[in-house]
Amino acid sequence: MNGYDVVIGLEVHAQLLTESKVFCGCSTRSGLAPNTSTCPVCMGMPGALPVLNRKMVDYGIRLGLAVGSRIARTCIFARKNYFYPDLPKGYQITQYESPLCEGGSIDVETKEGVKKIGIIRIHMEEDAGKTIHDETAPYSYVDYNRAGVPLLEIVSEPGMTDTDQAVAYLRELRQILMYLGICDGSMEEGSLRCDANVSVKKEGSSRYGTRTELKNMNSFRNVQKALEFEIERHIQILESGGRVEQETMLWNPSKGVTVSMRSKEESHDYRYFPEPDLVPLRIDDAWIEDVRSTLPELPAERRARFRKRYGLPAYDTGVLTQSRELADYYEACVGMLDAPKEISNWIMTEVMRALNEQGISITDFKVMPEMLTGLIAMIGRGRISGSMAKEIFAEMASTGRSAEEIVSSRGVGQISDEETLKTVASRIIDANPDEARKYRSGKTGLLGFFVGQVMKATQGEANPKLASRIVKELLEE
Amino acid sequence: MLETARRYRKRKESPVEETRRLLDAIKRDTLNSFITIDEQGALLSARSAEDLLDREDAGVLAGIPVAVKDNICTCGVRTTCASEILADFVPAYDATVVKKLKDQGAVILGKTNLDEFAMGSTTTTSCFGPTRNPWDPSRTPGGSSGGSAAAVAAMLCAGALGSDTGGSIRMPASFCGITGLKPTYGSVSRYGLVAFASSLDQIGPMAATARDAAVLFDAIKGHDPLDSTSALHDYAPTDLEGIDLRGVRIGVPKDFFGPGLNPDVKSAVLSGIAELADMGAQVVDIRLPHVRYGVAVYYIVATAEASSNLARYDGVRYGMRSGESGGLRNMYLQTRSKGFGAEVKRRIMLGTYALSAGYYDAYYRKASQVRTLIADDFRAAFSLCDIIAGPTTPVTAFRLDEMVDDPLSIYLLDIYTIPANLAGLPALSIPCGFDSRGLPVGMQLMAPHFREDLLLGAGIAFQDRTGHHKVRP
Repeated sequence: MNGYDVVIGLEVHAQLLTESKVFCGCSTRSGLAPNTSTCPVCMGMPGALPVLNRKMVDYGIRLGLAVGSRIARTCIFARKNYFYPDLPKGYQITQYESPLCEGGSIDVETKEGVKKIGIIRIHMEEDAGKTIHDETAPYSYVDYNRAGVPLLEIVSEPGMTDTDQAVAYLRELRQILMYLGICDGSMEEGSLRCDANVSVKKEGSSRYGTRTELKNMNSFRNVQKALEFEIERHIQILESGGRVEQETMLWNPSKGVTVSMRSKEESHDYRYFPEPDLVPLRIDDAWIEDVRSTLPELPAERRARFRKRYGLPAYDTGVLTQSRELADYYEACVGMLDAPKEISNWIMTEVMRALNEQGISITDFKVMPEMLTGLIAMIGRGRISGSMAKEIFAEMASTGRSAEEIVSSRGVGQISDEETLKTVASRIIDANPDEARKYRSGKTGLLGFFVGQVMKATQGEANPKLASRIVKELLEE
Repeated sequence: MLETARRYRKRKESPVEETRRLLDAIKRDTLNSFITIDEQGALLSARSAEDLLDREDAGVLAGIPVAVKDNICTCGVRTTCASEILADFVPAYDATVVKKLKDQGAVILGKTNLDEFAMGSTTTTSCFGPTRNPWDPSRTPGGSSGGSAAAVAAMLCAGALGSDTGGSIRMPASFCGITGLKPTYGSVSRYGLVAFASSLDQIGPMAATARDAAVLFDAIKGHDPLDSTSALHDYAPTDLEGIDLRGVRIGVPKDFFGPGLNPDVKSAVLSGIAELADMGAQVVDIRLPHVRYGVAVYYIVATAEASSNLARYDGVRYGMRSGESGGLRNMYLQTRSKGFGAEVKRRIMLGTYALSAGYYDAYYRKASQVRTLIADDFRAAFSLCDIIAGPTTPVTAFRLDEMVDDPLSIYLLDIYTIPANLAGLPALSIPCGFDSRGLPVGMQLMAPHFREDLLLGAGIAFQDRTGHHKVRP
């Protein structure tokens, strides 16, 4: 970029979908009244001790296996010491020297093709509470419901060379987490949080520039914009002969700028040391294999299979596999009706539009797979036209009624759709040129023959009066 | 304790009578051994114990009045750690050991004094004032479980719980002429023990006799799912008949008899070892070459853990809060400056330093490595002997006005007790004689992990032959 190379690494925190917190039995549910999902352990009361929720380890191993990490056989928890009101114990239980997973990578689609972005480590830790500032009061509130909710921190290598790659990596990671069923992936609600380390260097140079850390980017858009802003800021500093300071920057989404949060000198000394209240965690082969056996098909695998098996273009597979549930929906449809491309088209357009309009996910969609394939089959049989099908679909999406029901309630089981009948009738006229010629030369008695053929082609479902009029019009035009 | 249980069953005394008598005695106590008396709770427990005894459905602890060190959480009864910062803290839950005692019908009379957050060896750093030694009120009872030790020695309770991080049960037991057991690390749940140094802390029994200590130990030991460092060891009940010492190898480490050991203490301990030999034990010389680094290692590991464990006292959720009008930073500073005493602050600073970037390898990591070497010393020694015997402390109880204002000389009082904490071993202190002033001397016995049966068994056998433990102040 303008004579500079960009280096980006991401640190992603994924809140895990366990039922209970990582070191106590409190519920992880969000949206509860403040401080109601707390106990002596997650409140850091004197004398309370942590007990590890092994489900978190399962989930961590699941992600590690999905991205090809080495799973540690012995992993150790550590204390990260710092003072903040939302941190009940004055330290966070995390991992430092021996994390759960090391190594691995994620394949990311870039303009230049597929690129492997390396993973340095994945470790387990507990979340802090939430500080709520009341601007009108001289004090703040703290809600500890989130304190102790399990997190995985996924640290990438500084392997991304532009902002598109960073966003693509983040999207792919999010998709993997969601496919694995271990994180809901919501950046807006903070269950997926992304910090970035970014630096620039002279094009082709092997020496890294000074990096800054970016925080507070709670959407893909913000990640992209914040990184773009920060890269531009670095380049401008260097261009004007200045030096980039190593510091932590906060993205201000409303102003569209990054502002310094703390310099390197002000950075915390976290005084990490092994957590003496927890024993080293031993992970044996049986445990790992147990988790491996529960791994679902991952997004990249599913995309490849969709291309191969259903002959879909890359664009379609991308859209259809964006969530496991949508991909499952597609496959359920294909299982009932062998029309992979037609079904794909319907899902990518009408289904997606309806989901957006209703603001729901596919799992809450009223149109079940068999209902969608029922509709598409009716078009294939010529019973309804494409445009009528769209109308019927809209009604299906809002009422949850089947295409059959809607069509029969409208036309008492008869095809009364002019366009459909027109198509059928022209086909029949084209197929019987002699009769058509005879009719046009005066043998109008042949009308009955043509109407009969239309009735036959529609298995008797055409409205005979309408069919008769349409055939007449077509023959006489 | 066993005697009280017998009297209850012979109907010579009832739990309510006994509890009332002791509550009155505690109220008259001039030693300052208790911080909080739980009169209501104690009488309530005593009454339900009477019901159990009437129905002949009572365990040995039913109605037995005990005291609990005030760094062990008691539901609804304030737990102060002898610190301003927790002076009004009332836990919403019982420590596992307290729950176990209650479940077995014990009567908890109240909470005993200690050095602030159990940091000390004299019970003088308590914000509730020092505890005095029942043998001579001008002297220290030792610490940090000095309140429990004094209460047992002054017969204000039948037994007590203490906690031992570097000698805090054994040292005051020795100074007050009672029996105190520091169990194997992991054998007694730490859930509800306000942490000082998590990898060293262990709750244990303090009582007039090894037999009573064994009864209390049996009541509190065992795995606790709430404590991840709790061991899954399958303990048998302790044999209260004691063990036959014939053929038992007693290792005597030269390293525990070096300079700094008071001659009176030395001769009392040597006569105690001679008594064991008379009983048929075989005395062998052993070496523990790395224990001389024990105090240095301890003051890095323990202070490092303490600096982190005590971070939660920030004035935000419970305990003292000060300076809140001056912003968050000011609140932290004021709360912690006013709430903690000098010794606690000293240890927080030492520990913070030892964990700091650039010093971690030189201090904490090195200390952890030496800790392993000390554990290895013991492993090697226990291939040559079954029990290690030596002094519990280098001196006997000293006068409070003789106390020098030199933390280092106080730290050295724990020179013989610290190694067992570093290695996680069980260790027992039993009375073995008196110095020239008539003050009690303690002998320390150590055994391999989970071999409390050897220690208590030897202690019971020793006390069946000797009378040191029967001499009362």
